[in-house]
Amino acid sequence: MTPDLECVKLTKTFDTIKAVDDVSFQVPAGSFFSILGPSGCGKTTIMRMVAGFLDPTSGDIQIKGKSVLDIAPNKRPVNMVFQHLALFPMMNIGDNIGYGLRRAGASKAEIATKVGEVLERIGLPGIAERKVDQLSGGQKQRIAIARCMVLEPDVLLLDEPLGALDLKLREHMKIELKSLQSAFDTTFVYITHDQSEALVMSDQVAVMNEGRFEQLGTARELYYDPKTPFVAGFVGDSNRWSGTVDASSGNEVRIKTVSGVSLTGSAQGRPLAKGDRAQVFVRPEAIRVALKADGISAFENRIVGTVSSLLFNGANSRVLVRDDASGGEIDVALPQSGEFASLTKGAPLHIGWNAGQATCFAGGTE
Amino acid sequence: MKRYTNKLKLSLTVAALSVAGFAGTASAETLRILTWGGYAPDSVVDMFTAETGIDVEVTKSNNEEMIAKLRATGGGGFDLAQPSQDRISGPQAEFDIYKPIDMSKIDTSLFVASMLDATKSNTMIGSDVYGLPHVWGTSGLVVDTAKAGGVKDYLDLCGSDVAGKVSYRLKRPTLIGFAFAMGMDPFAAYGDAAAYKGIIDKVEAKLIECKSGVKTYWGGGDELMGLMRSGEVVASMAWDTGGWKLNADNADITFVAPASGALGWIDTFALPRKTKAEDAAYKWINFVMQPKIAAMITAEAGNFTSSLGADDFASAELKARFQGSFPPADVDNIKWYPTVPAGLEAIEGAALDRVKAAK
Amino acid sequence: MRAEARLGFILLLTPLLLWLTLLIIIPHIDMFLISIRERVAVRTYETGFANYLTFFTEPLYLVTFMRTALMSVLATVMTLIIAFPVSYYIAKIAKGRLQSALFLLCLVPFWVSELVRTFGWMILLRETGIFSNLLQFVGIVDGPVEMLYNDTAMMVGLIYTSMLFMVVPLVTTLESLDDSVIEAGYDLGGNAITVTREIVIPHATPGIVSGCIVVFMLSLGNYLTPTMLGGKESLWFTELIYSQFIVRFNWELGAAFGFLLLGLSSFIVWIALRLTGQTLEKTMG
Repeated sequence: MTPDLECVKLTKTFDTIKAVDDVSFQVPAGSFFSILGPSGCGKTTIMRMVAGFLDPTSGDIQIKGKSVLDIAPNKRPVNMVFQHLALFPMMNIGDNIGYGLRRAGASKAEIATKVGEVLERIGLPGIAERKVDQLSGGQKQRIAIARCMVLEPDVLLLDEPLGALDLKLREHMKIELKSLQSAFDTTFVYITHDQSEALVMSDQVAVMNEGRFEQLGTARELYYDPKTPFVAGFVGDSNRWSGTVDASSGNEVRIKTVSGVSLTGSAQGRPLAKGDRAQVFVRPEAIRVALKADGISAFENRIVGTVSSLLFNGANSRVLVRDDASGGEIDVALPQSGEFASLTKGAPLHIGWNAGQATCFAGGTE
Repeated sequence: MKRYTNKLKLSLTVAALSVAGFAGTASAETLRILTWGGYAPDSVVDMFTAETGIDVEVTKSNNEEMIAKLRATGGGGFDLAQPSQDRISGPQAEFDIYKPIDMSKIDTSLFVASMLDATKSNTMIGSDVYGLPHVWGTSGLVVDTAKAGGVKDYLDLCGSDVAGKVSYRLKRPTLIGFAFAMGMDPFAAYGDAAAYKGIIDKVEAKLIECKSGVKTYWGGGDELMGLMRSGEVVASMAWDTGGWKLNADNADITFVAPASGALGWIDTFALPRKTKAEDAAYKWINFVMQPKIAAMITAEAGNFTSSLGADDFASAELKARFQGSFPPADVDNIKWYPTVPAGLEAIEGAALDRVKAAK
Repeated sequence: MRAEARLGFILLLTPLLLWLTLLIIIPHIDMFLISIRERVAVRTYETGFANYLTFFTEPLYLVTFMRTALMSVLATVMTLIIAFPVSYYIAKIAKGRLQSALFLLCLVPFWVSELVRTFGWMILLRETGIFSNLLQFVGIVDGPVEMLYNDTAMMVGLIYTSMLFMVVPLVTTLESLDDSVIEAGYDLGGNAITVTREIVIPHATPGIVSGCIVVFMLSLGNYLTPTMLGGKESLWFTELIYSQFIVRFNWELGAAFGFLLLGLSSFIVWIALRLTGQTLEKTMG
C-alpha cells in the first residue's frame, strides 16, 4: 500500500546551515506520526516543506505516491494546524471552518451542511455564529482541526498545537487529539518537543536532532530500546554515567565510571571492547528501591545510598539518592505503594537494577 | 458682542504677559517694521541703529497680509507699516488699525512736494493724515521681446500667438489693467458700486475667455521670475522692477508700459494704531528719506522713492532702464491708483473667485 | 493624602486644559462669533447666519467645496491603493535592515518642509523640468510637455504628501497580523487575492480607516500643494478661506467657511465610518 506521505532524502540548507539533512521516512495511511526533537532540530522546517511554505534544497516529497514539489501550498492535499492555531479572528467560527470550502468553490448550502457536520463531530454543535475570542483554548484547538478536516486532506500537519495550552488541558487534549484522529481516520503528522505528547498519541515517532532522524520507531521501541545516546537521553528521563569499559562478555558490559563506581549494563549488540569510552543510561523508573539490602539482591547493580531529597509529585514522585561510595546523585522513581511513605531525608536506601535496564553506548565525555 | 471681546482680551493678555516675560529682557528700544522686501535693507538698518541706538526688526509682507495682520491685533504688533496709499483709508474706516501722523514730527522738506500732497490727500480721513509717500513704481507688462514682441497691452496677453505662454496674478491690478485696456475707466467708477460691478463683470468675462491661454496665475515674484527665466512664460503682468531685474540677466526681457497705461502705486509710511515706538518710527522716516539713504533703498528695491534729490544718487543703469520703459508720454499715461473705497474688494473678490473656478 | 493626589491631578491637567482653552476653544468661539456677524455698513455689524447662507446660495462656493471633497476622497483612495502594497511589503515581506531602510525611505521626504517637497515636484513636472526633458531626450515626445498646473499634478502632490500618514498606521496594523494566519489562509486553499480580501484587509481595517481619515483631512485642509501644483486650475476650499481672510478682508465669510469645512468634513468622516462599520474609538484606540 502506498504511504500517505513519503519524504525521500529531504535536505534543506539555509545559507551554510543544514536545517534538514538527508531525511527519509514514510507515513502509512491513517497513522499518527510524530517528529520529536528539541527546538531548532529542523522539525518545523520539514513540516513547512511538506506544507509547501518552503522548497527543499534537494530530495522529494510525495503524497499518496505523487510528488508535490511543484504544487503550491494552497493546492496541496495537506493542511496544517498552526502552533498558535491561526484561527481567523476577523471571522466567526462558521466562516473560519467554511473558509477552505469557499476557496474550493462549494455552494453556500453545501458549506453550511459540512460546517454543521464537522462541528457535530468535534462535539461543538451550534457554535458557528460565535466569535473566535469567545471560545476556550481547547475549543479553539478543535476548531482549528475541524477547519482543516472539513477539507478532507490526505495528510494533516500539526505544529506543536498544544504548546499554548495549560498543563491540565494539554493532558486532556492529547487524548482528544488521538480520538479525533481515529474518528476522522486521517493521517496526522505531528511535531513537538514534548516527548509525552509524542509518546502518548503516536503510532510512530521520529526523534530528530540537528537535522537528522536519530531513530524512528514506536513509542515503546524508543523508550525501551534507544539506538543512540541522544534518544536515550531525550526520550524519558535517564540517569547517565560515563566511564570506561572494564570487561565485556557477549551483551553484558562492565563499566568503571569516572566516579569509580562499577556498573553492569547491556550493549544490545553494539561493539564495546575493554578500554573503550562508554556511557550508561538508566531510567529512574527502572530502578528498584528497598529499605534493606536483601530487597535488591537479585540485581546486578546494587548501590547503597542516602536520601538527599524527596520530590513528592503524586504518582510521579521521585527520590534523589546520594551514592555513599561515589557521592553521585541518582534520580529514582518512588513507588507510591505506601511502603516508602515514611521515608525522610537522610534515611539510608538500597537501590538496584538489572543489567538489561542499563543501556550502554560507546563514546561520551567526562 | 462685548462679552466675547472681553474674553478675547483676557486670553490675549495672558498670552501677551507670557510673551512679555521673554521680550522684557531686551532693554534697547526696538522698532518693528512691517514692510515689503527691499524697503529696509540691512545696510540701512545698520546705519540707523548705529546713529540712533534703536534696534530694527523687519517683517516682510504685502498689502493684504499687512492689513490682515494689523486687523488681527487691532493695529498692534508693529510700530510702522508700509501699505500702498490706496489701501489705507478703506481699511482704516473699516477696521481702525492706523493712527494719524503728527506732521510736526516729519521733515517735509525731504519729500517731493507733489507726491507728499497727493498721498496726504489720498490717505486723509477728516483732517487726519494717515500715510506719507515712500517708494513708488508701476505695474504693467514684462515681455520677452524676442519671443512675444507683439505684446503691447494687457489684452495682447489673450492673443493666440502667445497662448499657453502668458501669466498674470489673479488679483485686483489685473482686473483694473484689463478694464483700462478694454477702454473702460474703473477708477472713475470707484464711487459707484453698480457701475463698478458692471465694469468688473465685463473684465471677468474677458478673463474667463482668456483663461485657456494662461499658463498659470503667478502668486509671488520669485515664481514669476522662474517662469520668465525658463522661457515657459514669454509675457506677463508684473511690476516694473521685476522686468528690470530680468533685464539684467536677459536683455530680451524687459518691462513694457502698456499702451493703455501702466498702473502707478505708491507705498507709504503708516503708523499702526497701537504703535509702541512712535518716536522711533518718525526717526526712521526722517532717516530713510535722506537722499543718500533713499538711493540705497532704490538700489535694493529697484524702485524710486519720493525722496527729494535722491535721483542724483541713483545708479545710471537704473535710470536708463526706467527711461527705456517709460518714454515721457508713457509717464504721463500712468494711471495712479486712487483710494479704494471700502467694500469694492467684495465685488472684485467674487469675480476673481469665478475666474479661478472657470474651466 | 487625597488632597495631595487631587492637587497633583490638577497640576498635571492644567497645561492640557490651558492649551485646549487658550489655543483651541477660545479661538473657535471667537471664530464662530465672527462667522455670525453680518457686515451692514462700515463698522456696523448685525448678528445672523447670512455668511453661512452665502455658502449654500452661491454655487461657486458649493462647487468648490464639492470638488475639494471629491478630490480629497480620490486622493485618499489612491493613496490607499499605493500605500497598501508598500506597507504590506514593509510589514510582512521585508526583514531586518531592509525593513527599517524602507520605512526610513518613506520618512525621509518629511524631513524637509512641505514647501520644499512641493517645489521638488514643480522642478520635475514643469515644462522645462526634468520629466519633460527626459521624455524629449528619449524621443517619446517632440517638444516640451507641461505636466504642471492640472488636476493630475495636484493629485500626485497630494498623494505624495499623504503617503506617510497612510503607511504608518497600515504598517502598524499589518505587523500585528500573525504571519501564520496568512499562511493558514494559503494553506486552506486561498490565493493572493482571496487571502488579501478575506484576511489581510479585514484585519487591517482599523489601520485603513484611521489612515484614510488622516489623509482625507490632510488633503482637505491642504493649501500649499493644490495652490502650487494646481496653478490656475487648483481651486481648493482652503484657498477660498485664505482669500476671504487675507485678500478680501472678509473675515466673516472666511470664518463661516472655516466652520463649514469643519462641519462638512466631520460629516463625511462620520458617513465613511458608518459605511465601513467602524467607530472612532475602534480605529483610534
